Amino acid sequence: METIVFSLLNGTIYGLLLFMLSSGLTLIFSMMGVLNFAHASFYMLGAYCAYTIMGVTNFWLALLLAPILVGAVGMGVERWGLRKVHANGHVAELLFTFGLAYLIDEVVKIIWGRTSVNYKVPESLDFTLFTLYGSNYPAYRIFILFVSIFMLVSLWYLLKKTRVGLIIQAALTHPHMVGHLGHNVPLVFMGVFGAGCALAGLAGVIGGNYFITDPAMAVQMGPIVFVVVVVGGLGSLEGAFVAAMLIGILQTSAVSINASFADIFGFLGMTATSEVGGITIASLAPMLPFLMLVLILIVKPTGLMGDREV
Amino acid sequence: MTEVSINPAALGPTASAKFRERVLPFILFGMVLVAIPFFGPSRTTMTLLNHIGINIVFALSYNMLLGRAGLLSFGHAVYLGLGGYFCVHILNWIDAADGGFWGNLPVFSMPIFGFAMGAAAGAVIGWPSCKRAGTAFAMISLGVAELMSAGAFMFDSLFGGEMGISGDRMAGPDFLGLSLGPLADVYWFIAFWTFFGVVAMFAFTRTPLGKLSEATRDNPERVQFIGYNPTRVRYLVFIFAGAFAGMAGGMSSVQDEIFTPENLSLIPSGAILIAAYVGGIRYFSGPIMGAIVMTYMGSNLSDYTAGWLLYLGLMFICVVMFVPDGIAGLVFGFWRGVRSPNRSEVFGKWAWQVSGVVLMIVSIIIIVEVAFRWSDGYGEVFEPFGLALSHTSILTWILAFVPLAAGVVLMRHAAAKYEEA
Repeated sequence: METIVFSLLNGTIYGLLLFMLSSGLTLIFSMMGVLNFAHASFYMLGAYCAYTIMGVTNFWLALLLAPILVGAVGMGVERWGLRKVHANGHVAELLFTFGLAYLIDEVVKIIWGRTSVNYKVPESLDFTLFTLYGSNYPAYRIFILFVSIFMLVSLWYLLKKTRVGLIIQAALTHPHMVGHLGHNVPLVFMGVFGAGCALAGLAGVIGGNYFITDPAMAVQMGPIVFVVVVVGGLGSLEGAFVAAMLIGILQTSAVSINASFADIFGFLGMTATSEVGGITIASLAPMLPFLMLVLILIVKPTGLMGDREV
Repeated sequence: MTEVSINPAALGPTASAKFRERVLPFILFGMVLVAIPFFGPSRTTMTLLNHIGINIVFALSYNMLLGRAGLLSFGHAVYLGLGGYFCVHILNWIDAADGGFWGNLPVFSMPIFGFAMGAAAGAVIGWPSCKRAGTAFAMISLGVAELMSAGAFMFDSLFGGEMGISGDRMAGPDFLGLSLGPLADVYWFIAFWTFFGVVAMFAFTRTPLGKLSEATRDNPERVQFIGYNPTRVRYLVFIFAGAFAGMAGGMSSVQDEIFTPENLSLIPSGAILIAAYVGGIRYFSGPIMGAIVMTYMGSNLSDYTAGWLLYLGLMFICVVMFVPDGIAGLVFGFWRGVRSPNRSEVFGKWAWQVSGVVLMIVSIIIIVEVAFRWSDGYGEVFEPFGLALSHTSILTWILAFVPLAAGVVLMRHAAAKYEEA
């Protein structure tokens, strides 16, 4: 029971962070058809910017400024990079973001060094919120929960209830028509790319001190974000949400299960000393998302909730 | 009714053109391969050359997917890795065998086994992934690569865990008098298989399947109209690409004698993607040039500068943005320019562009080098040609940004001046 509650709670938080990252990616993909390989690099950039801003001022200003900064960088990338490559087709765009990920990694190493930086949870949030089954539960995790939910609701409101959201949704499916109606579609694209990057940056600000802020964080997070977007169905925010929660909870629970294959398939005569029998569920956790990706793409190529094929 | 008669033979290339385009380059390539050892290269050069050979085969096999079939794969190293692992295991079986089949097997034949293993892996993994093209294919290949490299750490007896598995290339009987002990012997081994692989992959582009793979890349619907199944074409090409990658793995198992799960991961897959693309995926020779340049840079540039990965990323982005045809595109473009009638004008444009690019490169190198030294924090100063450029000196900032601005101006000038021409 204890394990289940903690796994669910931690899994939800991890899932919400994943969703914050992948919502931007999904928006960008469905609008421009670009799977932004550098998306996780913007997440990393967010964490590092927050670290620097926090060193000068305080965490709350960092929470506000770092995503804006990252969003601005994203807009610049779209304006002067992606737009140029667009003429050469989708593969070129994908490769451009692939190269960009390399570049951001290296630049981060130059500016902030090769080892992890000491980006800590702010003192005002560094306390125990409640005690559950005798374990202290840190307040910061609940803070992540609230920020994510707030972001989720405001994103939903922006997309579904405002005029800007209407134009964005229209530009997703019928960019030419929206252009003919007199809206500046390239500007919308730039805005969405910037907003997507800002969301990734925000995830970095609140995730960077929850995990570790080091130059490897983009490489670790990047492929998982792809999995979320593809499993959820490209272009579907609801799907991304479901997939993010699913992967978050699945991975967090798997880590806490100590059973090995020998325990499960013991009735088949498998022993814990054999190579396959010795594999624990916990050690399978990092592979689960990718297994899910491959299975989904083979079985249901549109993803859980997508309406179009990848 | 007018009679239109077309003689198909007259439309095709002449015999001399065929010889010039399809035979002569390979004769020259073979001659270069044979000539290299007579210059007495050092051991480091020899090792570098061997790695170049392996990467040429690997990059060409990758280009069967990306350039020819239009399939962007992020996990091509899986096939090189599996082929290579299989060969290292065989090396160990040969070593342990006392006569019998394994005992009489020359190590020279390793790439054949790598080829078979690569083909088998391609056949198994390609079956689900080739049902889709485009982004879905790219994502599946990414997932498979992550799965394989993570899974490889779990089966120690097959993949050897973090340490990997090593073998001994000196085992087994000699073949053609090559014991494969000294590096010079390994060079002949690599040279033979590189030549074989290049010729075989060029021959593949001339087969109906090779031609169909290009048709599937350009227009899968039309391929269906004329009665072929694009999925099947992709699948077959995928198997061959995996097989040649496995062959490169077999070559690598003899050269390096070790394989680790790292060899299966996204990092070597990304590296070969960059090599093939920078070389130029629209030309057959592009990946060869890319493999040569990238392998050379990878082994030598890292001695000169800490920022070589940054240069690599910058170079890749520049190629994607400005030179989509890669190095091969530049080389053949130069050749066409030299032979074109309005030579002087073309040369004028190039002069502007080259000077612009050189100025920008100077700036970028200064910025990167100074930044890296500042980042290290050892107080080391970048000193090209006796100039002490520290990050506090004004000269550094001038040298960093004035040539950059001048280069941009030159490029714009060249673009504007020759646009209407």
